[in-house]
Amino acid sequence: MSQRQEVAVSTAQNAESLDLSPAMGIVEEMSPVTSGDIIPLLQRIQDAYGYLPPEAVLSVCEETGLPASKVFGVATFYSQFGMEPKGKHTVRCCKGTACHVRGGNRVLDTVEKTLGIRDGETTKDMRFTQETVACLGACALAPVMVMDNTYYGKMTPRRTELLLKEILKEES
Amino acid sequence: MSTKNLTINGQAVVAQENQSILEVALANDIHIPRLCYDPRVSATGSCRLCVVEVEGENGLQTSCTRLAEEGMKVETETPTIRASRKMTLEFFLSEHDARCTSCDSDGDCLLQDYSYEYGADLGHFGSLVPEESGPVYTGGNRGIIYDPAKCVRCQLCVKICSEVAMVDALALKGRALDVRISTAFDLPLNETTCELCGLCVSACPTAALWESAAVGKGRAKDLEKVRTTCTYCGVGCQIDLNVNTKTNRIVRVTSEAGSVVNDGNTCVKGRFGAQFVSSPDRLTTPLIRENGEFREASWEEALKVAGEGLAKARDDHGPEGIAFLSSCRCTNEENFLMQKIARTAGQTNNIDQCATTCHAPTVAGLATAFGSGAMTNSIDEIKDVETLFIIGSNPTEAHPIIGYEMKKALRKGAKMIVCDPRKTWVAKRADIHIQQAHGSDNLLINAMMRHLLDIELYDKEFVAERVENFEAFVENLKGFDIEAAAEGCGVSADDIRAAAEMYAKGTPSAIFYTLGITEHTCGTENVMNLANLAMLTGHIGKRSSGVNPLRGQNNVQGGCDMGAIHSVFPGYQKVADEAVREKFGSAWGVEIPTNRGGRITDFVEKAGEGVLKGLYAFGEDPVRSEPNQTKVIENLKKLDFIVVQEIFMTETAKLADVVLPATCFAEKDGTFTNSERRVQRVRKAVDAPGLARPDWQILCDVSTAMGYPMSYESPSEIFDEMASLTPSYGGMSYERIDDVGLQWPCPSDDHPGTEFLHQGQFTRGKGLMNPITFRPPDEVPDGDYPLVLSTGRTLYHYNIGNMTRGSEVINQKEAESFVEVNPKDAERLGIRHGDRVRVTTRRGSVVVLARVADRTRPGAVWMPFHFAETSTNLLTNDAFDNITRTAEYKCCACKVELAEELEPALGD
Repeated sequence: MSQRQEVAVSTAQNAESLDLSPAMGIVEEMSPVTSGDIIPLLQRIQDAYGYLPPEAVLSVCEETGLPASKVFGVATFYSQFGMEPKGKHTVRCCKGTACHVRGGNRVLDTVEKTLGIRDGETTKDMRFTQETVACLGACALAPVMVMDNTYYGKMTPRRTELLLKEILKEES
Repeated sequence: MSTKNLTINGQAVVAQENQSILEVALANDIHIPRLCYDPRVSATGSCRLCVVEVEGENGLQTSCTRLAEEGMKVETETPTIRASRKMTLEFFLSEHDARCTSCDSDGDCLLQDYSYEYGADLGHFGSLVPEESGPVYTGGNRGIIYDPAKCVRCQLCVKICSEVAMVDALALKGRALDVRISTAFDLPLNETTCELCGLCVSACPTAALWESAAVGKGRAKDLEKVRTTCTYCGVGCQIDLNVNTKTNRIVRVTSEAGSVVNDGNTCVKGRFGAQFVSSPDRLTTPLIRENGEFREASWEEALKVAGEGLAKARDDHGPEGIAFLSSCRCTNEENFLMQKIARTAGQTNNIDQCATTCHAPTVAGLATAFGSGAMTNSIDEIKDVETLFIIGSNPTEAHPIIGYEMKKALRKGAKMIVCDPRKTWVAKRADIHIQQAHGSDNLLINAMMRHLLDIELYDKEFVAERVENFEAFVENLKGFDIEAAAEGCGVSADDIRAAAEMYAKGTPSAIFYTLGITEHTCGTENVMNLANLAMLTGHIGKRSSGVNPLRGQNNVQGGCDMGAIHSVFPGYQKVADEAVREKFGSAWGVEIPTNRGGRITDFVEKAGEGVLKGLYAFGEDPVRSEPNQTKVIENLKKLDFIVVQEIFMTETAKLADVVLPATCFAEKDGTFTNSERRVQRVRKAVDAPGLARPDWQILCDVSTAMGYPMSYESPSEIFDEMASLTPSYGGMSYERIDDVGLQWPCPSDDHPGTEFLHQGQFTRGKGLMNPITFRPPDEVPDGDYPLVLSTGRTLYHYNIGNMTRGSEVINQKEAESFVEVNPKDAERLGIRHGDRVRVTTRRGSVVVLARVADRTRPGAVWMPFHFAETSTNLLTNDAFDNITRTAEYKCCACKVELAEELEPALGD
């Protein structure tokens, strides 16, 4: 057994709950996977799991023969990739100039206060992950907030609170 | 290849095809600063220090990535360039923890050198030195330590790990200011694919990567570099022992890029295996057995007792009563002396060394077929091989630097055929992997040759002109059934045919083999059959094309060359030849004995029979290295008198009457001959511990004490005597081999040495084809012992382990023995990865860890032999090659069972 395999096995044993079949399915669909496919491969794994679980990535590396070190290098280079599990919902608040002058900070403060998490963090119940972005290109709607893939414009602290509470209520 | 003419700073220079401006400049002694360039890896172009101006082009060009072109006019030192470099250095310094005052690399740091040269201001851009940001990937590693604050992000470590070692353990993590070197998912280094070769350390231009144990043990500028030849394996790497003369310690082991054989590369053993030199377990004083116990003695007394005891065995029992065991870990000079003592003071041809344990079938088989038993090509030729045919060899672990050369060939697009019962690194990357059953090699080789005859894909011209006995060879293969052979090998006949064609068509093709071929009861026949294959296809006697046994011990080629073999004098001059005996007899002033003499395996047997009475062994531990250990001990105990000359208290030394403390490679001068027949210098770097003396001096003293006075001023004088009696070494001297050594044959003072053998003509004239028929191994699996046990080496350890296991770095990585079990067998036996299992053969039993992996064939297990506490040679079969008496270490029958419940619980 190669060392990489051993690492993959021991890591996988630590996280027995992780279902590797989505990752393996992606590999099968993309096969043969070469070093030129690392970015789309990681994007698809992240789409499937919501983040890049190390066990899944290591198993994919073992399956494809891609060096785990290279894949890790790519995953850490691009900010779109994350290796921590994300919440069910992702809230992105814009910190661009237009949003900033129209009170984006107060929207962000409200999110942080309501959910009790800071930039890049996830709530303990794994329901929300909060991120900030530099600009969403929707400055006319400033301040902008994105809940999952839906854009909300002209946000105020009250509208922010309402949106979050609505989701919490729906799911309780 | 077309060359290009250009000028650099007005000086006319000539560039080779695909040479960068930087490479041309360096080749012409034009200095250009660079941090991210290493000749061993592809150009990066990221440090921006090697910038130059090219006439007619705007801006500055990075000379490492820019290829030289015809008519180019290059400037390397204009004010603009110098200003740019100064600013670049100041950027580097803003991110660099430039505390040269407490840095180990002080005096050997490119950043320091360039900063001084360009007057770079440390504070120009303020400090952006990375702060302590949690653990790094080398945390706790005893081999390598990484300091992000000293890292200039040149990427050389990542690139050399990926491109040269092809290990891909290191990653460039993050971006911009946050870039760090790490491993995949920041795993601790020893849990990754890292092989601890230390190439990353060797490529680092600063002290961001360093040997953990060297920290604080002496700054680079205070260390004295002693160029010598590595003491591990037959590759013969040129390494520099970095010695702190104040403490008499080897602080680091480095190697210079460009060094012949290894190009600055090392493996884990070469870089981290020197700790044994200063081990507290070294023997430091002579010991004499008295009433069953050892007591310390003076040299005078010990030599007297040793001399008298050996002389008594000789006088009372004649030439068959005394034997001399030389050592392939020791120098040529010492091997020469040992065989000289055997034949003069000892009056016997009972002289052997450990080649019997490994490559004696090579020496015998290739000598029969070609006339000389050695690697026919040079290591440097490997990178140009088009089709690598690797059989019974695991080069990336057993000969890692040769492994790197094969990796070079692979990167250039070489095809690779690997025949090995195990899925090794090369097997996994082979175009064709034939996972033949253990001991079925001659079925396989005969099937390949039958197929080539069938389709007439062989070199008819070569066969007609260069070989003899072809008809008998063809006759032997008449009616040979390829399908049946494939079934016997347990592989597909189509694979065998495809492999045969791929090998035959390669231009050039070369065979590489190791102990998977020789350590069989048919070892010599295996070797002769590989020679047949090479002769049939004409793949021999050319550059990058030949038959290449990769020799195991550092000086096993030399040990054989020096005539530490019962049947030959130095240079393979036959003892049976009266004229040769006359020549040596008159040179040494004695009558040369004519007894047939035996090998180490014979010594053990004759000791058991009561024929052999006295043994003088140095640098070898037959108790650990010979098969069926229980019987070896039993037999050696029957000897009247044993003298052991050693650096450690080995298992054999424990049986001795006199133990003489010797010196290791770092403490004496001499020469080793590597696998490619290159004779290279070994140089003293540190003083021997306690009363230990260089082996050549002890040998002289023992000889004198036995009644044959012997004395030399220096190893150089011994070498000269040897060269004067050995035609193939005749043109060599310490002066001539000082720089890069010489490859034999080198018969005269003006001979340049020989890169590859058998060009135009074989050493014996015509090559001899030998009809070989398959013979099965001595012991095959049955109902009681249903599995095949094979043994071998791991990357991390050497031989019986007494040198490598003294390394904390290596022990942290691989501390104990194991058995590889195929998952199918494991499931059937109820064994899981990490279980303790008992491996039992008809001869013995040991308990080791199970490594369950798809690496061995189903029905076969594999164990390393480096670990004394679970000695694998308790298990191995003392059945021997019919010609050279080499044991069948590569297969015997065993059973494996769960031993978990037999082990006491650890802790409370």
